[in-house]
Amino acid sequence: MIEIKNLTKKFDQFTAVDNLSFTVREGEVLGFLGPNGAGKSTTMKIITGFLAPSTGSVIVGGHNISREALQAKSLIGYLPEGAPSYGDMTTLEFLGFIARVRGFSGAELKRRVEHVLHEVDLSGVAGQTIETLSKGFKRRVGLAQAIMHDPKVLILDEPTDGLDPNQKHHVRALIKNLARDKIVIVSTHILEEVTAVCTRAIIISQGRIVADGTPEELEARSHYHHAVSVKLTEDYDLKADLSGLPEIAGIESSAEERLRYTILAKQSQPIFSRVSQMAQEKHWPVAEFHVQRGQLEDVFRNVTAGGGR
Amino acid sequence: MMGSVGIIFKRELFSYFATPLAYIFIVIFLISNGIFTFDVGGFYARGQADLLTFFSFHPWLYLFMVPAIAMTLWADERKTGTIELLLTLPIRLADAVIGKFLAAWVLTGIALLLTFPIWMTVNYLGDPDNGVILAAYIGSWFMAGGFLAIGSCMSACTKNSVIAFILTVAICFLFVIMGSPILLNSFPGWVPQVLVDAFSAMGFLTHFDSISKGVLDIRDFLFFAVFIAAWLLAGAVVIEIKKAN
Repeated sequence: MIEIKNLTKKFDQFTAVDNLSFTVREGEVLGFLGPNGAGKSTTMKIITGFLAPSTGSVIVGGHNISREALQAKSLIGYLPEGAPSYGDMTTLEFLGFIARVRGFSGAELKRRVEHVLHEVDLSGVAGQTIETLSKGFKRRVGLAQAIMHDPKVLILDEPTDGLDPNQKHHVRALIKNLARDKIVIVSTHILEEVTAVCTRAIIISQGRIVADGTPEELEARSHYHHAVSVKLTEDYDLKADLSGLPEIAGIESSAEERLRYTILAKQSQPIFSRVSQMAQEKHWPVAEFHVQRGQLEDVFRNVTAGGGR
Repeated sequence: MMGSVGIIFKRELFSYFATPLAYIFIVIFLISNGIFTFDVGGFYARGQADLLTFFSFHPWLYLFMVPAIAMTLWADERKTGTIELLLTLPIRLADAVIGKFLAAWVLTGIALLLTFPIWMTVNYLGDPDNGVILAAYIGSWFMAGGFLAIGSCMSACTKNSVIAFILTVAICFLFVIMGSPILLNSFPGWVPQVLVDAFSAMGFLTHFDSISKGVLDIRDFLFFAVFIAAWLLAGAVVIEIKKAN
């Protein structure tokens, strides 16, 4: 379990993390979201013991990261932002170094290194120096070192940044696979990633938590939750038909696509059956008709509005 | 199982030899030593079976060569972001500082050992006091450690290794000349003698000169040991303060 209590980090006058408190339990994959500069990376740097908090505490598996740093750090696997590694070493040498620091030696060391090489699909470049590798491979080297000791806590700062769609899919599958008995904290600015891998999402803005819940719960806060998307084949006055329905909040026409309309629901009430009934009664010229899940992006923009800096 | 210091040490030393840096350092160190000893120092002309000229150039040689290997110690870690990786591994900051320092120190030691043909030459030509030579070698190595410790601290101050190099050269130069008569004589008369002595006692030359002449005083070695420890500690404090940037 990770317990974060009243965490604050100040750099001179600037408050990067402002009185943050939350708890993460085993089996949770926590997506850490926020605009650039919101304090995501700073929070991760404090949890992993790289930076000391100005006030507040972080307890990882019962160990305070400030006072029992070595015990806490040995529970954590960390992929820092940008996946830094020693470019003059080969993948194999670098992972060997990490394994030794993590306390492995002999046959166990060999087994661990081979296991992570296989796990993140790096065997093909084991003998290559890291500086000659592509961005995607470098990121995977960073992931490999993070999971070397099968850590209880995995903290990944933008793990899929710079990967191609196949690699992204692979890394997400890997995270899901690892997550069963672990705590995983993933920071990302790719919102689809949250729906794809996370069981919980925290959105922070200006160092404060502005939303905390499962991806579904957050989506439910969207204006588009339960909204119905309609594509017509010809012009038709939807407004005239729908203005009488009390559960309809309004109609938006799409800026990108002609004849595409979104019918918004009031207070996230399900309106699909009501709207579809109306469509049948009035014989709308419908080409496409479906209900929306709610857009995380929309929630993200709403809760972080004014927080962009 | 190796301790953390040993693991860091091995990685660092390995990385010196993985790039041309170590080889270039050693080759240039050996060539410069040859030129200074035989050409500039007039090794043969002196007709003395000792290595005084060889060792007397070391402070000036180290002044430029040691900062070159020290400059990347921490500056590169910060520039590439690997410092975040290194310091979130279950090791103490002190282990990393010492491991890195030792690797660079051993590199200078290897370069120093490879000057053995000069020692063989002097033994072939005459009958030198090999005890004095050994002491001077160790003294020289300790002095290199002093330069390196300054370099380690300066390298922690900046992400830019060139700036680290220049800062290190400047500060090392100060410590080299601190004990020199030119500087000591330039103090105005009203400066208390205690202060002048204290100033002189901090100078590298003060301690290295006596060691290289065969005056084996444990206090001279102690000076370098304490000096190294103090600068490494200062470096660790700087890393702790500046790592957030």
